Amino acid sequence: MSGSVSVFVRELKLAWSGGGGPVLPVGFFGVACIMTPFAVGPEIENLKTAGPGVMWIAMALASLLPMERLFQADLEDGTLDAYAGSGVAMEGIALAKTVAHWIATGIPLSLAAPILWILLQGAPEVAPMVILTSLIGSAAFFMFGAIGAALAAGVRRGGLLIALATLPLYVPTMIFGAATLYAAAIGEGWQTPLMLTGAAGLLGLAISPFAAAMALRTAID
Amino acid sequence: MVVAPASSLVLEVENLAAVRGLRVLFEGLSLRVSGGEALELRGPNGSGKSTLLRILAGLTRQHAGTVTYSADEHDAPHHYLGHADAVKPTESAGEQARFWASYFGRPAITATDALARVGLSQRTEVPGRGLSAGQKRRLALSRLLIDPRPVWLLDEPTAALDIEGRKLVVDLVAEHRATGGMVIAAIHGDGFVNSNTLDLSKLKAPANLEGLA
Amino acid sequence: MAVMSIFANPHRFMAVSKWFAWGFSGLGAALILFGVYQGLFIAPADYQQGDAARIMYIHVPSMWLSMFAYAFMVGASFVSIVWKHALADVAAKSAAPIGAAFTALGLITGSIWGQPMWGTWWEWGDARLVSVLILFFVFLAYMAIWQAMDTPQKAARAAAILCLVGAINLPVIHFSVDFLNTLHQKATFFAGGEEKATIGFKAPMYTVALGYLALFGGLTLLNMRAEIMLTRAEMLAQRKQAQAAG
Repeated sequence: MSGSVSVFVRELKLAWSGGGGPVLPVGFFGVACIMTPFAVGPEIENLKTAGPGVMWIAMALASLLPMERLFQADLEDGTLDAYAGSGVAMEGIALAKTVAHWIATGIPLSLAAPILWILLQGAPEVAPMVILTSLIGSAAFFMFGAIGAALAAGVRRGGLLIALATLPLYVPTMIFGAATLYAAAIGEGWQTPLMLTGAAGLLGLAISPFAAAMALRTAID
Repeated sequence: MVVAPASSLVLEVENLAAVRGLRVLFEGLSLRVSGGEALELRGPNGSGKSTLLRILAGLTRQHAGTVTYSADEHDAPHHYLGHADAVKPTESAGEQARFWASYFGRPAITATDALARVGLSQRTEVPGRGLSAGQKRRLALSRLLIDPRPVWLLDEPTAALDIEGRKLVVDLVAEHRATGGMVIAAIHGDGFVNSNTLDLSKLKAPANLEGLA
Repeated sequence: MAVMSIFANPHRFMAVSKWFAWGFSGLGAALILFGVYQGLFIAPADYQQGDAARIMYIHVPSMWLSMFAYAFMVGASFVSIVWKHALADVAAKSAAPIGAAFTALGLITGSIWGQPMWGTWWEWGDARLVSVLILFFVFLAYMAIWQAMDTPQKAARAAAILCLVGAINLPVIHFSVDFLNTLHQKATFFAGGEEKATIGFKAPMYTVALGYLALFGGLTLLNMRAEIMLTRAEMLAQRKQAQAAG
């Protein structure tokens, strides 16, 4: 157990140094969102219709960005060998790394979300809901993304493979999270879709460490 | 904390076979190594030295056969040092040594002492990307000291090291064996004192899976 | 030891599978032709949709088979992970493109059927069609994994993991797509899309389904044979090179 905790602390530090940390994904998230009015037109009604959905897609794609390097760097520099050869369960390491990177990237994405929400003509009073939905939804995206990241860890330029393998797994989170945002935007009951978003996240949490660990053991084999 | 020598330490390998892709690297390999002994793996590139070490470390799955360590007080009684040094470019040498100390959870010596032993006491604040290849290898060697484990599996441990570095490896191995430890190392050139040799190229291996069936 | 022996010693499998491969394929082709003939010319036109409903005889069995093919791959992946038998890997790998082809057929025929029904070539309100569309991409990802890995052993395990993860998620995906439709109030109208096509005469549908099943079995076996022969050719080439060198 202490091994996984140490990896978690280390990954938090590593995520913020060198690799650029959350700057790149958050930047991508922002620039993808502000493309919306250029494509659908600047009319308020258009943006109210398209905004939450586009924002949610951008959030999903931004969550994919850190995935390519999530396990690949450790595989290439021998760190995974050192982890795996020392008797600490790979499941714990996979989960520690995924949670650390969600904290380093998923939380900043969620904090950026309400700003983009308002830019896309969302109601300001809904902003706290947007943060909450984004926190839960991005956690789900990271859990499922980690499976794709582990599967593609040994693949050079594995980013496209991660997207192809992961995006179908994003579908429930995509539907429930966007439904929460739309319900909140028009003041309807958002509790059910939000709970379902949480359920998708819990499913990811239940599957991700095991599937990712199995994939990582394959990658170092 | 003094390393309790595992006097009863024995590694037993029976009828081991390894396959990479469609090629059989070796088969029918049996060997027995006891605590205090060193085994040098020799043979040309591609003869399966690294794969054998990875199998012994539990990283790569063997095609057939068994690997048994008798030292049961460890989940994994071994350290594995591969070609890659597991050095992070952005962390300083000191941070990395301290990380491994907390990762293993029961450091035998402090990270500072381990770095001093491998000759990196002047480099503790230098980030990994500022270390030379030999210094990275020394940093990897410090893992062996931070957490005492009875079995060392070393893949060309002296690669990239200077003459002093090679002497360091030889000394560390000798000290480890003196406390009852076991060393299995793939190595080219000069080996260790008083060690056994396994030449993988001398094993008769079938050229492909045909021979296994 | 048996793990890889299928490549080293495929003679028995090759001898037996040859007859089954061609037998199933032939049987499948015959059943499909018979069933399609029945469906197009013998069965009465649907009282609501007229002749347009006849595409159901191709569409519905395709949808069944896409799910059956995936279930088959899940079973093979499970065997591969638990018992590590190379034949299971070959079976799953060989079934994937055929399953993907049936899935594509199901999607295309569904779209063609939907055009007069819905007035649009694609209706996102049909949860079944949408779920199968996502399944199609899972097939693609599965095949992409086989392509991407550097050794067949790694590819087999990674693909098996993806297959099993997909199997856990597909019911959830179906549920979530259903939820999307209740949200947009279309579920009542489109519920169970093709049941609305009240085809009175089901026999041709089952005939075609059996034919698809046999064809799937036959083509998968043919694919497996090709896969084994390719691997074996590579193995013999490597041996020749090794003998020449040594």
